[in-house]
Amino acid sequence: MIPYNYFLILSIILFVLGAIAFFVKRDLITQFMAIEIMFNAANLAFLTFAKAANSLDGQIIVFFVITVAAAEAAVGLAIILLIYRRKKTIKTEDIRTMKG
Amino acid sequence: MTDYFWLIPLIPALSTLILVLFGQKLPKKYISFQACFAVFASFVISVISFIGLLQTSHEHLPIIKNLFSWIHAGSFKADLAFQLDPLSSVMTLVVTGVGFLIHWYSVGYMADDKGYTRYFTYLNLFTFAMLILVMGSNLVLMFVGWEGVGLCSYLLIGFWFEKHSAANAGKKAFIVNRIGDAAFILGIFFIFVNIGSGEFRVINEAIGSGVITQGLATLIALLLFAGATGKSAQIPLYIWLPDAMEGPTPVSALIHAATMVTAGVYMVARMNVLFTFSGSAGSIVAIIGAVTAVFAASMALTQNDIKRVLAYSTISQIGYMFIGCGVGAYAAGMFHLYTHAFFKSLLFLAAGSVMHALSGELNMQKMGGLRKYLPLTYPTFLVGAIAIAGIPFLSGFFSKDAILTSAYASGQYFVWALGIFGAVLTAFYMFRLIFLTFFGNERLEPEAKKHLHESPRSMTIPLVFLAFFSVVAGYVGLPVVAGKNLDFFGRFLEPVIHQAHEAHLSLGTEWLLILISVAVAVTGIFIAWVFYIKNPNIPHNLVRKFPGPYKLLFNKYYVDEIYNTLFVNSTIKGSEIVYDHFDLKVIDGAVNGSAKATNFFGKILSYFQTGFIKDYALIFLLGAILLLGYLLF
Repeated sequence: MIPYNYFLILSIILFVLGAIAFFVKRDLITQFMAIEIMFNAANLAFLTFAKAANSLDGQIIVFFVITVAAAEAAVGLAIILLIYRRKKTIKTEDIRTMKG
Repeated sequence: MTDYFWLIPLIPALSTLILVLFGQKLPKKYISFQACFAVFASFVISVISFIGLLQTSHEHLPIIKNLFSWIHAGSFKADLAFQLDPLSSVMTLVVTGVGFLIHWYSVGYMADDKGYTRYFTYLNLFTFAMLILVMGSNLVLMFVGWEGVGLCSYLLIGFWFEKHSAANAGKKAFIVNRIGDAAFILGIFFIFVNIGSGEFRVINEAIGSGVITQGLATLIALLLFAGATGKSAQIPLYIWLPDAMEGPTPVSALIHAATMVTAGVYMVARMNVLFTFSGSAGSIVAIIGAVTAVFAASMALTQNDIKRVLAYSTISQIGYMFIGCGVGAYAAGMFHLYTHAFFKSLLFLAAGSVMHALSGELNMQKMGGLRKYLPLTYPTFLVGAIAIAGIPFLSGFFSKDAILTSAYASGQYFVWALGIFGAVLTAFYMFRLIFLTFFGNERLEPEAKKHLHESPRSMTIPLVFLAFFSVVAGYVGLPVVAGKNLDFFGRFLEPVIHQAHEAHLSLGTEWLLILISVAVAVTGIFIAWVFYIKNPNIPHNLVRKFPGPYKLLFNKYYVDEIYNTLFVNSTIKGSEIVYDHFDLKVIDGAVNGSAKATNFFGKILSYFQTGFIKDYALIFLLGAILLLGYLLF
């Protein structure tokens, strides 16, 4: 049996990769995908802990997260699409209306 | 027969409500009918209740109808409850009876006014408030009525508000009354704190059982009386009443002669147990009443405005009522209130009829010789003048004599002497008014002369009614010399008036006092006749000889000017100083300062809002890491 630590290390690697991708990349779609990777890193950590604690709760929560993430992906993509229609760009540095 | 007495104030209230909601759409004829009918219906119920009251034995008094519990907070309790006893019965009869006649008169007087609906709405509202004042069974409800009539007075004085002077007069009345009311409400607070109830019954019992000390009773009585000086136009707060004549004349008759201004007298009579218990408060009331009676009468001597003469006369007559209350003869004070309501509203309405005939002329110097043009106004006016002058067999004589006799019997000879002196002045200025208006040469403006006409019937019929009552109203309270136990009025009020000391004068003294008051009245009339009929040059010569006193009187002792410099201007100056230094610097500084501070911190915080999603995400990430670190270590 593979030790739980391996799963956790994989989860950390995935999360850090996602975070780096989010900060390095400039277009919304890629950043969005980076967020999805971080999501799944978190899911993986969840599952690992659930298995280690021998509890089903964590696994069930992961199901919920996956479902909600699916919905969120649809909404997020729709928003990006609308931003593109409006601004003709999805580069984050061009979208700065929140500047104080 | 007293079951429905609580309807008395509610009928005018209902009528007011209808006029407020639908008045603009209703035809004029219906409005006058409804407004008059509402007051008349109240009058009928008042009469029925009065008859019922006569058949009720003293133990069942007062009859109280508790409609609902109005305020109930902790130990503070006030009910919406009406009270029927001889005192409130007399007042309801006066308010609705005289009020009805004045409503009726107004139909003719206000016929061409564009504010017709508004006028009758206010008038009904006033009747409602006045009835609340006199029928409320506790001080809180009385205060509601007290303020209600004050509001109506303000609205009706300023009825022609497009006229600058009328609007100002309304404001003056309201503000001066406010000063008295502040003291009045303080008095109510003292009663609530020390006795724990505003119900008149409870207060009377508590004072009887010695809950409060005499000193405290005096303080409360004087605070309440300060309220009365405002509402009833006594020294030092009388200044609003002459200006109140800016309102329509029927309003002057109803509010500023017959009913509202006598509310103070009613209040003192209602609280008679307190005033009697205090003792010294009563003396102060009597002295202020007596001084006001003479002071106001002297100002009436030189006025040329017909309504202002009557206004000063009202102040003076209310002074007499306070003499009665002050010397412990509350019944005599109430008696004068009741007779005064008839003859003074008669005088005002007759003066209104003269004005109506002369297209609004008020200056008596531009009248004269009107007696043949106004065949109904003249005799009724004359009846009113004779009644107020105190000529025997008319109502004013009986009530004024009752007051002066009581003042003499109480041993306050100074008050009595002032009262007698005031009676000379009263007779003089009243007949000066009569002679200047109805006798002598015609000094009319040609324009006014062209339209000269007697008033319509809806105005003259109420005059005749009031003249009738001015003659006969006094016969319910005959003096002792006419026979024992003929003072029905005094005996009727006995259950509510706790007489401090009975007047014990020998019959001879009584006769002497009556002779003196008749003699001074006749003297006053005679002097007026000499001055204005026999030898009209005397007044001019007097003015030339004594310009100083004349000017002093003509300018009303400069009281308005003194008040202006002392109170009004100093208040304005003080306010300006406060405005410059406190308002502008402290208050505005604090408000603007907090806005500036918010602005400043907002500016700093806005530097964090770069608009870059990555910056936000970075801060978010750092935050998450910090939080995680905090949780782990």
